[in-house]
Amino acid sequence: MADSLLSYITLAMILFSIGFLGVISRKNIFIIYMSIELMLNAINIIFVALGRYNESTGPQVIAMIVIAIAAAEAAVFLSLIVVLYRKKKSLNTDLFTSLKQKDFSNE
Amino acid sequence: MSNSLLAWIVLIPLLSSVTLGLMYLYSIKISKIPNYIFSIFALSAPFLSFAIGILFFLKMIGNDDIFVYEAYKWLSVDGYNMYMGFMADRLSIFMVLFVTFVGGFIHIYASGYMKDDEGYGKFFFYFNLFLASMLLLVLGYSPIIMFMGWEGVGLCSYFLISYYYEDSENVKAGNKAFIANRVGDLGFIVAMITMFYYAGADGLDFAHLEIGLASVPTNVLTFIGCALFVGAIGKSAQIPLYVWLPDAMAGPTPVSALIHAATMVTAGLYMVARFHFLYDLIPNVGLFIAYIGAASALFAAVIATKQTDIKKILAYSTMSQLGYMFIAVGLGGYSVGIFHVFTHAFFKALLFMGAGAIIVTLHHEQNIFKMGGMKNRTPLIYITMLVATLAIAGIPPFAGFFSKDEILLTAYNSGEYFIWGVGVFTAILTSYYMFRLLFVVFHGTNYEKNRELHPLSKSITIPLVVLAIGSILSGFIGVPELLGGHNMIGVWLLNFGEHSIHVGHSAQWYLMGINVFAAVVGILIAYKKFFKYDMRIEPEQSGLIWNKFYIDELYDRVIVQKFKKLSLFISYRIDVKVLDMIVMQLSKNFIKSGYVIARLQNANTRFYAFFMLVGISVMSTYLLIVMR
Repeated sequence: MADSLLSYITLAMILFSIGFLGVISRKNIFIIYMSIELMLNAINIIFVALGRYNESTGPQVIAMIVIAIAAAEAAVFLSLIVVLYRKKKSLNTDLFTSLKQKDFSNE
Repeated sequence: MSNSLLAWIVLIPLLSSVTLGLMYLYSIKISKIPNYIFSIFALSAPFLSFAIGILFFLKMIGNDDIFVYEAYKWLSVDGYNMYMGFMADRLSIFMVLFVTFVGGFIHIYASGYMKDDEGYGKFFFYFNLFLASMLLLVLGYSPIIMFMGWEGVGLCSYFLISYYYEDSENVKAGNKAFIANRVGDLGFIVAMITMFYYAGADGLDFAHLEIGLASVPTNVLTFIGCALFVGAIGKSAQIPLYVWLPDAMAGPTPVSALIHAATMVTAGLYMVARFHFLYDLIPNVGLFIAYIGAASALFAAVIATKQTDIKKILAYSTMSQLGYMFIAVGLGGYSVGIFHVFTHAFFKALLFMGAGAIIVTLHHEQNIFKMGGMKNRTPLIYITMLVATLAIAGIPPFAGFFSKDEILLTAYNSGEYFIWGVGVFTAILTSYYMFRLLFVVFHGTNYEKNRELHPLSKSITIPLVVLAIGSILSGFIGVPELLGGHNMIGVWLLNFGEHSIHVGHSAQWYLMGINVFAAVVGILIAYKKFFKYDMRIEPEQSGLIWNKFYIDELYDRVIVQKFKKLSLFISYRIDVKVLDMIVMQLSKNFIKSGYVIARLQNANTRFYAFFMLVGISVMSTYLLIVMR
């Protein structure tokens, strides 16, 4: 049983790392979004696997909640992407820089 | 009657002062309060304190009771307790009585003098605070409590001297008084610390100090005595810290009367008398005090002979009379010194109030050579001023005669013939400059007869009459045994330095005769030179004496300018060039590094995420390796 738990967690770690690499290396905002979802689901796998391992239902409930919230979040995220696309006519995240520190003036 | 009433002697003027202050704020901020309401609060305080003082006085007759009241524990440091304590013995209750009595009449006078002033309530707020500080000084049962009153008096004198603050000269005079007093206070503090170190183990109140100081080595005692005397010099305006006193004339005249007669300047003298047990152990310091006193008496009297400002003359005469008092206390005649304080309070308050009345009558003219011929125009002021002048000149049976005679007798008795000689010579000068003032102001031929007079209210004239009666009668509490008296003051203050007179009766008669003769000589010289003085002749306004021996200029050159240079150096060189540079450079560098760090905020989400990864990696590595 312990071996199989380790393999589940290894799988989750691999998925999480793939997702994280996607977030930091890709420019397309859709890819970033999908990578975030991947990371979420990697965590979900850990929850479910640990729940099974400890034979308790709590982690499963949390996993269900995460899935539900991810669904709701998907709606928000997709609408945000639509708005951003309308502003810049592009999906490249490097163009979304309105929160950047402006050029400072040396006194 | 419990001893807690003692605290009320101080508390009543203090509460009255606080009430007046709040009322004044209400009056200027919200709605105007009429003057008579201020007067009720202001004038009742000294007389209530006087009444309580009388109660204690009556209880003390016939016994040696000392009333001590420890109100509350003020400080407790490592088992060493200091109490807010009050003590009334014969000396302090005597001081309380005449401070509140004379102070009360000065209050009445002030209510008339200041009645048109905008800051009537503010003035009495300061006035009563001044009185409360003085009473705290007198009634404090340890040097610490005394010092609180001491500082309070200094502070209030600053407020009152620079009362007409619109004129920068007055503010300067206030500053001068404050700073000169600070120099003296340093001496007091040093003395207090030394006493605490050597003799304060059981407590710092006077009763314990008296026991504790007895076993302290003489050189330390000498140091303490000198340091304390520096404080006394500052407060009581002796050489070399007297410079503030003539300038203190910048304040309203009632303030001068209060500072010069009842409070403030007598504080230094009271302090020396209070520490009589210390000065009894070190007669050399006492002799030094007497010499300083004699020098101040002569010096001030010489300056006073040439002054033309009526209040300046009186200011120098105060300094001169204080010199007499220090001669007495320095030579161990504490009761004699206090006796002169007492009589001086009456006639000096009267002189100032009379001078103030003339100044008001003549629409704020202070130059005596522009007055003249006031005898028939203001007869009441003339009579009262004449009484006071006779008293200060030492003509029997007016008050000053008895006390001055006692002082000179003490000097002669101690074998200090030089001091005695200076005292007699100063007596000639005293009667000369006082009668010069009197003759010029009241008998001088006046060519401005049509000048209209400002009317005087009753509240100004009544205190004049009361204090004139006081100036006549107050000497009789100290009639020497030679004249069939009992020297009541000497008996009353017996515990404060008994000194036996071992001069024969005939010699005492001679001394008394010499004193009267000196006074008469002074009067005659003044009569010859200034009676029916022609006011058109301008008095000579130059020379060493008229310029007060250039002492102010000397101090300015030697001390003030040096300090000014030093502070300019500090403010322009050290402050601007060094300290400001360091601070500004530091802050500039902080700003720069802020800009550098701000570049990290580049709106690149992936970059942020990468740093999150780095952070998490570092933390988890730490957890894995170090915390395992």
